[in-house]
Amino acid sequence: MTGGRKLLGHVALLLPPFGWLTLFYLGSLFILLLSAFWQVDPMSGDVVHDWTLDNFRLLVSDATYRIVAQRTIGIAALVTVTDILLAWPLAYVIARKVGPRLKLTLLVLVALPLWSSMLARIYAWRLILGHDGVLNWFLRAAGLPGQSFAFTNVALWLVFSYLWLPFMLMPLVSALERIPASLLDAAGDMGATPWQTFRTVIFPLAIPGMAAGSVFTFAVTLGEYVTPMLVGGAGSEFIGNVVYANVGVSGNVPFAAAFSMVLLVVIGAYMLVARRFGAFEGA
Amino acid sequence: MKGFTTALLMASCCTALVAQAHAADLPGAIGKGEGDLNVVAWEGYADDAWVKPFEQQTGCKVHRKYVGSSDEMVALTRMGGGKGFDVVSASGDAALRLIFGHNVQPVNMSLIPAYDDLMPELREPSFNTVKGVHYGVSYEWGPNILMWNTKAFSVAPTSWAVLYDKAHAGAITVPDNPIQIADAALYLAHVKPELGITDPYELTQPQMDAVVALLKDQRALVKKYWALASDEVDLFKSGDAQVGSAWPYQANTLRAAGVPVQDTIPTEGATGWADSWMISAHAEHPNCAYLWINHVMTPKVQAQQALSFGETPGNTKACAEMDAQQPGSCKQYHANASSAYFATIKFWKTPMKACGNGQNTCLDYSAWQRAWQQVKQ
Repeated sequence: MTGGRKLLGHVALLLPPFGWLTLFYLGSLFILLLSAFWQVDPMSGDVVHDWTLDNFRLLVSDATYRIVAQRTIGIAALVTVTDILLAWPLAYVIARKVGPRLKLTLLVLVALPLWSSMLARIYAWRLILGHDGVLNWFLRAAGLPGQSFAFTNVALWLVFSYLWLPFMLMPLVSALERIPASLLDAAGDMGATPWQTFRTVIFPLAIPGMAAGSVFTFAVTLGEYVTPMLVGGAGSEFIGNVVYANVGVSGNVPFAAAFSMVLLVVIGAYMLVARRFGAFEGA
Repeated sequence: MKGFTTALLMASCCTALVAQAHAADLPGAIGKGEGDLNVVAWEGYADDAWVKPFEQQTGCKVHRKYVGSSDEMVALTRMGGGKGFDVVSASGDAALRLIFGHNVQPVNMSLIPAYDDLMPELREPSFNTVKGVHYGVSYEWGPNILMWNTKAFSVAPTSWAVLYDKAHAGAITVPDNPIQIADAALYLAHVKPELGITDPYELTQPQMDAVVALLKDQRALVKKYWALASDEVDLFKSGDAQVGSAWPYQANTLRAAGVPVQDTIPTEGATGWADSWMISAHAEHPNCAYLWINHVMTPKVQAQQALSFGETPGNTKACAEMDAQQPGSCKQYHANASSAYFATIKFWKTPMKACGNGQNTCLDYSAWQRAWQQVKQ
């Protein structure tokens, strides 16, 4: 009797969150999946509910969309590698080399930019990289030739790496913190050189941290469209920009849905890989 | 007998319904304003200079949404089943799509006094009048111009060729808009007459392939495709762009900000826009919509709009008002000789399968949108 009531209580407790997930999250995903197989009448803009694979056929047959997808995935991967390289030295110092007060100060400094609007920070990069911008002003003052990174994929890479660096740094710091000092002592006692210790002890134990960070740097970059719009130039379109243009500009939701499916599949596959590397274990 | 009566009743009821539907389509008089007006318009088309007096006179509170392209305009007006707006300032390439999509309603021109003062070309143009039914009131029009920074050009360019010239690689900006394909088609019609392009909005697949090839070459030279007029202004201010395709609005804004830009209509001619105010098929404030159209069609507002945006009014009586607001401006914007000038511009229109020559081999707008995506990659 009490068991039955307990079960009822559990169900009542679980119903709201699961109902929420099913209705709003899975529901919208399901509609997205459905509409990918529909079409739009070009003149009236009405969605025609006839089943067709035309959207997917166009995605495969037109090289444009392959190029856009390759660019999106390529830059997201490049940003992830860049952020791992940039995050390591600082994360190591914060996690293992400084006292608690300096550590707190450094962590606050890392998180500080996150308190300001992302748009403002992206626009700041336009001012830095612009033809008459801050960077060129310094370069010219130093007698060096000016750069013209503004509105190129280089600018995109720089800005993305900057935006997501804190998200790589934080998980890496917490992974490095959790390595017991005794393991490093043991490695030293067994005669390992510092490089051997790093390669065989520290680095493998930090992999879950990097995997967790890459979920942000890789997956979030994949879905971005604001940054390419603001600092990208000719030939900087991301999957998100094509989706945005098809929804907000052309009114072709079915095609946008079809392209979004590609994004979902890539991110889903990446999450599985990240999980294998321990991205979601502990925190 | 009973059957007959029923039939008669049904018939009369249906006639009444039809008559009512017609009355709903075309109001016979403009009633009192409903207190609100939702406007979807081009940037700069609902300026406080004429919105505030309108609100005071009519009590219709204006709620504005600005757009940067015709596609965006069409998408926005279709959102929520078209109930979100009352009036829209559609260009020729959006107007037909709105008419065929049943997003806008017929306009009773006898309620628009300024209609009689419109340029003859704009009274029933093909982009807002279908089978003799008016779906919009022609507003203002202008050309897409070539604009450059005089610091970068010692000799003023006279041809669109500069936008395809490797000498200006990395300093070019053009609009991010599928209708931009027509600009390249217009240029190709002059340099490659063998393609047989007669109308830049009526392109067959081989012609489109040639245009896309030209535009793909251009992509390597383009610094950035601009989506909003303010984007292009920023690019010229920062020095990232030195030459580009623009509206007179950007040239006016940049000159006011002290950036040394010049502009021209190149020898190949220009594409351009002719805008119409249209009323939503589901307008919740139809009286305010009519009041708004009558307000913006007055010579005074027509002149204010022309001067702030850098375009030509549709109302022929606006010339004197323009000169009163800014001496010489009537001539500058060709408002005095508008018919001859009008004929030099290839106005935006929606590309359709049916070419003007009776063939069905032309590409429709969805093909243009795909082609533009291929260009941008």
